Amino acid sequence: MNEAILELDSLVKRFGSRDVLQVERLVFQKGRIHGIIGPSGSGKSTLLRILNLIEKPSAGRVFFHGQDISLNNGRLAVQRRMAMVFQKPVMFNTTVFENVAYGLKVRGLRGPALRDRVRAELKTLGLEQLENQAARTLSGGEAQRVALARVLVTDPEVLFLDEPTSNLDPHNAALIEAMVRSVSRERGFSVVLVTHNIFQARRLTDWLSFLYEGKLIEEGPTPEILANPRDERTAAFVRGDTVY
Amino acid sequence: MHIIWMSLFVSGISVFLASALGIPLGTWLGLLPAHRVRWAAQIIYTLMGLPPVLAGLLIYLLLSSSGPFGVLKLLYTPWAMVVAQTVLAFPIVTGLTMIAVRSKDKEIRDTAVSLGASAWQSALTIVREARLAIVGAVVTGLGRLMAEVGAVMMVGGNIEGKTRVMTSAIVLETRRGNFEMAIGLGIVLLVLAFIINSCLYRLQGVPRN
Repeated sequence: MNEAILELDSLVKRFGSRDVLQVERLVFQKGRIHGIIGPSGSGKSTLLRILNLIEKPSAGRVFFHGQDISLNNGRLAVQRRMAMVFQKPVMFNTTVFENVAYGLKVRGLRGPALRDRVRAELKTLGLEQLENQAARTLSGGEAQRVALARVLVTDPEVLFLDEPTSNLDPHNAALIEAMVRSVSRERGFSVVLVTHNIFQARRLTDWLSFLYEGKLIEEGPTPEILANPRDERTAAFVRGDTVY
Repeated sequence: MHIIWMSLFVSGISVFLASALGIPLGTWLGLLPAHRVRWAAQIIYTLMGLPPVLAGLLIYLLLSSSGPFGVLKLLYTPWAMVVAQTVLAFPIVTGLTMIAVRSKDKEIRDTAVSLGASAWQSALTIVREARLAIVGAVVTGLGRLMAEVGAVMMVGGNIEGKTRVMTSAIVLETRRGNFEMAIGLGIVLLVLAFIINSCLYRLQGVPRN
């Protein structure tokens, strides 16, 4: 019944002589909200960048629907089936509409079809009033919603979220969480969420992987990992004892 | 009127050529990892401070009748001035474009790539996002050219009705003691620079709100 959408095999990422990531095996199932938790510097964001093909692994392989995507052939086509929201979204120096339209334009969409899809996505995220506003004048919460609209409009199979609410106030953080939850259920895409916020992980995710110093320590269903962690390092992180 | 036209012609063509060569080169260098272009960057930064008289001397030697390009008979023509001024503006436009692109590179590239842009599309996006600073590079290059006098006098010869431009005319009128005329020419030069820069400013696409 479960179908793997992404798999990592013997993955290593090295910066200089330092291994920042060493993951023997990690599988992301289709339709799941998979949380990656761990203290700062544990390699969570690097892992996400490798999965989104922004960074290349130093060794090991990444599979998407069973196809090895660590090789160069077909990277762009695979990349266009994924999308990522960063911790601090970078807005292009143009209007909100053009920012949301970007992903569709690079895929060659133009004209009324483009306009209709962008407007529909802006409406879904309650941004229709901001359509013509300069994107760089938005508040942090608005910018993150535009960043979310910008990736959702491309209809990705996998959505990567890199600490998407860590710079937001509680109200905007709750808004983003609610949107992620509803659109992932409605559209059925898979989500990989990087966070060091245990409460957010509890609220949003179905499955958790705990990274520590670049290594996968343990993983399992979210309630199980949070209630009965097997490893002492996971337990310390869940209790809030880990300094991060 | 001729000297105004000649100033605009020489500076305009020169900054156009310097931009046509320098913006693509600066973009390419800016997109490459900094450690791979360290030497190129250091050479460009050095040439950004190239003394106009030295540039003028080198172009003079190259274009003089005994030089390798003497057969072209360009010395003491406006085209010799264009060559000298292009040499002066090219490293400025290249170096400042490289810095502009590098300052935008990582965050814009990551965002563009994560939204499905190809390498070529993300490079174009970086250039578009850096346009404010790239136009600034062109403005800086043009500013240097419009104020330049040493190189154009050496290779142009300040010949009345042929290669005299506003800056060389100001020097001449000052030497003659015609200070009112020299100041008048200076004011016209400043007004021209203001008009041209206002046009370029609009190209930067600064949002109104």
